[in-house]
Amino acid sequence: MPEGLATTHEHATAHRALQHHFENMEQQREAGTLGMWVFLVTEIMFFGGMFLAYTLYRYKYPEAFAVASNHLDIRLGGINTAVLIVSSFTMAMAVFSTQVGKRRNSIIFLLMTIALGLTFLGIKTIEYYDKYRDSLIPGTLIPGHPFNPNPHELHLPPGMPVGNVELFYWIYFAMTGMHALHMIIGMGILTVITILAVRRRFSPEYYAPVEISGLYWHFVDIVWIFLFPLLYLLGRHLAGHLG
Amino acid sequence: MSEHIVYPRVYVTIFLALLVGTGVTAWVAFYNFPGPLNAVVALTIAVIKATLVILYFMHVRYGPRLIALIIAAALFWMAILFALTISDYSTRAWLPVT
Repeated sequence: MPEGLATTHEHATAHRALQHHFENMEQQREAGTLGMWVFLVTEIMFFGGMFLAYTLYRYKYPEAFAVASNHLDIRLGGINTAVLIVSSFTMAMAVFSTQVGKRRNSIIFLLMTIALGLTFLGIKTIEYYDKYRDSLIPGTLIPGHPFNPNPHELHLPPGMPVGNVELFYWIYFAMTGMHALHMIIGMGILTVITILAVRRRFSPEYYAPVEISGLYWHFVDIVWIFLFPLLYLLGRHLAGHLG
Repeated sequence: MSEHIVYPRVYVTIFLALLVGTGVTAWVAFYNFPGPLNAVVALTIAVIKATLVILYFMHVRYGPRLIALIIAAALFWMAILFALTISDYSTRAWLPVT
């Protein structure tokens, strides 16, 4: 077939969403998935840097980190972990529903995922507000409310440098804050996907955007799967109270 | 369509495994294991949970090997980041202060 021939029998019946530089929908879907995975690699390195900072300072100041960690509310943290795991399940079900053409189910699962994401952020807001109320926001982020832990509430042993405790809260807010930002972005993405699903954009032939959004959402869940034990559970075997 | 469709039964199984893993992590956190074992146990459970999410929820078990290679590359680079930085910090005391 001579080059430059614009229409062939295949192209005349090509799917609406098939871009011209791909042979078929399957190749396009695989390429899109690969692109999202490469982006997730950069995200792994991004969060990896913060996990490294946590690792180094935890081993430099183990007692201060354990004491500070014990003041986090393990019930709220545990509930949030369960919330995100359920949301990963509903996201996987949304992808499945799209793959088998069950549009209404996919919309319901997408909405459930968004609702669970909002629940997570709501619980996070409660936790952050508790930190603000207890003057545990590090540095001078809140003008007029410097970091000032109550030694009795936090069970600080005498002589513990407050700066080391504050360092834990720097890392706590940096990591959970960055994670929450990723959740907000994820919910924005899922809102767009839900609207497109309502508008009948997706089908068993064209579900790549739903799957790719799912990859992002599962990644954010995986980050929290590591954050929860490292931030909330590290000192429980020493003191054992619920925060 | 040649894409392997993962059925809900698989998702439910993995989901329950993840919930059990979370419960075990939280429960075991209160036991005092010798030495660094508390961290080892917590991280092992977290790695297992993350592996389940990656293999099944993210379809890596059913996808092209190239994706698995990309993930292996990410873990490799992160391993370099951790190994070289930790080996620097943990050996600082070895050098005399001048």
